[in-house]
Amino acid sequence: MSTPRFQLWSSVGKKLLTGITGLALMGFIVTHLVGNLNLFVGSEAFNGYTEALHQLGGLLVVAELGLAGLFLLHAVSAILVWRDNSGARSVQNTVVASKGSPSKQTVFSQSMIVTGSVLLVFVVLHVAQFRFGIFGGLDYTTTLDGKEVRDLYRLVVETFKNPAWVVVYVGVMVLLGGHLRHGFWSAFQSVGLLDPMLRPLAYSAGAVFAVAIAVGFLVMPIYLFLFA
Amino acid sequence: MTDAKKTRSYKLRIWRQPDAASTGRLVDYEVADVDPDSSFLEMLDHLNETLVKKGEEPVAFESDCREGICGACGVCIDGRPHGPVTHLTTCGLRMREFGDGVTITVEPFRANAFPVVKDLIVDRSSFDRVIERGGYVSVNAGSAPDANALPISTDMAEDAMDSAACIGCGACVASCPNASASLFVGAKIRQMKILPQGDVERTRRALAMVEQMDAEGFGDCSNHGECEAACPKAISIENIATLRREYLRAAFRS
Repeated sequence: MSTPRFQLWSSVGKKLLTGITGLALMGFIVTHLVGNLNLFVGSEAFNGYTEALHQLGGLLVVAELGLAGLFLLHAVSAILVWRDNSGARSVQNTVVASKGSPSKQTVFSQSMIVTGSVLLVFVVLHVAQFRFGIFGGLDYTTTLDGKEVRDLYRLVVETFKNPAWVVVYVGVMVLLGGHLRHGFWSAFQSVGLLDPMLRPLAYSAGAVFAVAIAVGFLVMPIYLFLFA
Repeated sequence: MTDAKKTRSYKLRIWRQPDAASTGRLVDYEVADVDPDSSFLEMLDHLNETLVKKGEEPVAFESDCREGICGACGVCIDGRPHGPVTHLTTCGLRMREFGDGVTITVEPFRANAFPVVKDLIVDRSSFDRVIERGGYVSVNAGSAPDANALPISTDMAEDAMDSAACIGCGACVASCPNASASLFVGAKIRQMKILPQGDVERTRRALAMVEQMDAEGFGDCSNHGECEAACPKAISIENIATLRREYLRAAFRS
């Protein structure tokens, strides 16, 4: 037998990768949610926030590329896990049932590949829509403190005057909540941080986190549709 | 038979497969006069006696100790490894758990790494090959040491024993939607990681056992936690967390 080596693409390596990138992406999601709260304050607050990000210049580009890398690594490792799993049991038993507690198998844990795939497509669409303005609005500008800056607030508000976009965004945020319901505690477990004391805590915290993130994001399009 | 103990009868749907090369199918049987206090395996013995009397091939299934400590028995009963009761082996399962006249589906532990040998018997030697790659200590452990001769605290001994309780039955693999062996491998790695005798091969063990686990065609883990519920010894998925930590640690040590 050859000397065994650490392999990033082994079964455990992929879990470590999915877990670490998952934790980092959750950090990003929290940051994104907090930043977006400026939408509730108004045009100046939100455009001031986005302008502050643009002032970062090169740092912002590095952060954007880093985030794209995180999403890509997370997706690739998870898709490879899914592919390996579908090949590990060619013949299924006719009856399959869960033994119940302490099993954490739920509709959320079973649908990670589905919710994850939708989220991946959504992230590409979302960035294309607001960062690169593929549906227009890239040229909107406004004056902030005597300086001409991009008016992203106007694009966001105009987008969510269309009920179809509200439905799409709210729907995807519900799926994000489902993804996080399993993903939150699972990420900590995947990097080996949970023991029998911490696991129930992480599992419960995952429910709170999932609801908080999903609701936090989905009220934004609804609020803008109704009140902006 | 007195009135005090009423026997039960069941409709069984059992996976029959003559050999590894054949395709199997579910076959219907009826079994009567089953003592509710008999074990699931005794019920199968009872069925086999009637089949032999009729000149039919008995149902092949594995068993050895029949007291829950050897890990030989194990079938999927109504879709659950070792049946509906948590933390119990098939041999410990009593027929009183099943109401009179119900239909029970009996199928083998299913995974590509556990090919069917015959009927309900699967080949679990993939587990043996994983153990061969790292589930050992190369120091001479000798006979049982004198009490307190080794500096191992009660907590440490209990912790190691919680993992060492694994009997290698394969219910974790059978219950896992991904047919992953992570709980089995995690338990073996954690057991030997805790005790000083296992320290010499610690890094190599984590890498080698994971490599063999993957080579055997087990699936990856998705943290469903179904294995812990199916494990007759209630091995915690904490062992899977340990597996990840040990593998990550090995990345910096190898």
